[in-house]
Amino acid sequence: MTETEHVIVRDLRKTYGTFDAVAGVSFEIHRGETFALLGPNGAGKSTTIEILEGYRDRTSGSVSVLGTDPQTAGRDWRARLGMVLQSSGESGNVTVREQVAHFARIYPDPRDVDETIAAVGLSEKAGTRIKALSGGQRRRVDVALGVIGRPELLFLDEPTTGFDPEARREFWELIRSLKREGTTILLTTHYLDEAAQLSDRAGVIAGGRLIDIGRIDEIGGQEARTPVVRWRDSEGAHEERTAQPAALVARLYSTLGDSLDQLEVVRPSLEDIYLGLVAEFERRPAAEKELA
Amino acid sequence: MNAIALGFDRARYETRVYFRQGDTILFTFLFPIIMLTIFSVAFSSAGNIGARPDGTGGVTPAAFYLPGMIAAGILLSGVQNLAVDIAVERGDGTLKRLAGTPLPVLSYFIGKLGQVFATSVLQVILLIVMAHFAFGVALPTRASAWLTFLWIYVFGMITSAVLGIALSRVPRSGKSATAVIIPIVLVLQFISGVYLQFSMLPVWLQNVASIFPLKWIAQGTRSVFLPSSFAVQEQGGDWNLGESRSSSASGSSSGWWPRS
Repeated sequence: MTETEHVIVRDLRKTYGTFDAVAGVSFEIHRGETFALLGPNGAGKSTTIEILEGYRDRTSGSVSVLGTDPQTAGRDWRARLGMVLQSSGESGNVTVREQVAHFARIYPDPRDVDETIAAVGLSEKAGTRIKALSGGQRRRVDVALGVIGRPELLFLDEPTTGFDPEARREFWELIRSLKREGTTILLTTHYLDEAAQLSDRAGVIAGGRLIDIGRIDEIGGQEARTPVVRWRDSEGAHEERTAQPAALVARLYSTLGDSLDQLEVVRPSLEDIYLGLVAEFERRPAAEKELA
Repeated sequence: MNAIALGFDRARYETRVYFRQGDTILFTFLFPIIMLTIFSVAFSSAGNIGARPDGTGGVTPAAFYLPGMIAAGILLSGVQNLAVDIAVERGDGTLKRLAGTPLPVLSYFIGKLGQVFATSVLQVILLIVMAHFAFGVALPTRASAWLTFLWIYVFGMITSAVLGIALSRVPRSGKSATAVIIPIVLVLQFISGVYLQFSMLPVWLQNVASIFPLKWIAQGTRSVFLPSSFAVQEQGGDWNLGESRSSSASGSSSGWWPRS
């Protein structure tokens, strides 16, 4: 199928009693794009994703995933999706190959089992029982099971939790190759560098609301991206935000000369911008939060 | 693959996993065989059970306990195995992951039932072979007795499996599954004439046991493997196979699949 929008969410709400877990969220994910959904724990991220995955029913609003309402979708729809859930089953007493091959048989048009195992870097462990694998290796099995059905849309819910830095880099390469094949990806992660590396666009959820959405290099607005110049002199540490850091540095050097110490010019990372956005949301008065 | 073929695929997968779990093999698969051995050896010097005052007649302890152990095996393979298995799978996210795939719920069920039947048939055969060859228990020779056994077995197995699926919702977490399920199953075995001679129990306890299927399964297997002279010890002085057939555990399994 050829929907240009793989996910369309309009004014999505999920209410538990009087608590609004998700309070009016709208966004879309284009075909072939990687979209990161960011936000603190309890912000409504997981609820939103579970509604998209078909695990939970919404209270109101409309949701379309691959052109179908997840609430009424069936087997054919699930065959087009891949899910790497936050926590996954143990099934420790089967080998990697047995597990991947078993899941392959559930899908109508699966990938090759051994190629998929190789793609997640587990070829040498294919004959090993899953319970004998490390945490990071088990997570790779989860990813293999998520992509074995050749999904058009892949949900990755905190996929690299517990990875060492090297494993994380390798995982990023795997995700990039899926992206090159045209897979649409919805990613949630607490590692903002990961979101910055992999995603085209990001949405930030706080208090059940989408407080910002945009391209990774635009989110947070121009203001939040202003570089920061930090330095020390005889009077102590200084910090100044400026759109012309080079001019500031030149001025500092001409006035301070060699007493200019520990000079730094820093562009705010996605993490800085994200933390700024969430902190700003938290500072808003309650009434204003309601209107957001 | 259609739902049935996928179900058989699941059954193969589940059976393979079953035999790789040491604790399941010990507490579900081998348990009745171990218990039969213990009872046979422990009571071997006590003489025959149900013997006439002059010491003739009756059956050996092994022969006396065999039908109870078969009934216990049916209960363990169905109730204990399925209830613990499904509760653990719900707790550790296996069910949720499967629910996110195109696997039909029917296939999951066929897989579980296939595993239960495959392992339990093997268990019952092992029990009977062991009782016969190791403890010299005489087996029924009439075809009609084996036919009765067949329907009691199939009926008992289906009842146990349904009860197991229903009970799997009782434990609050996968971790507490064995702690919640095993005592229930153990108490049932004690009050249903598996370990203790049913006729020794007070009438009120016999009546409580009659609510549950194990009492009827055990009564049915006794009718097959014990001489007819033992029938007078049953409630009502008869094997009551008709009642065995009609007493069935009703368990609702709705709402156990983790997607709406």
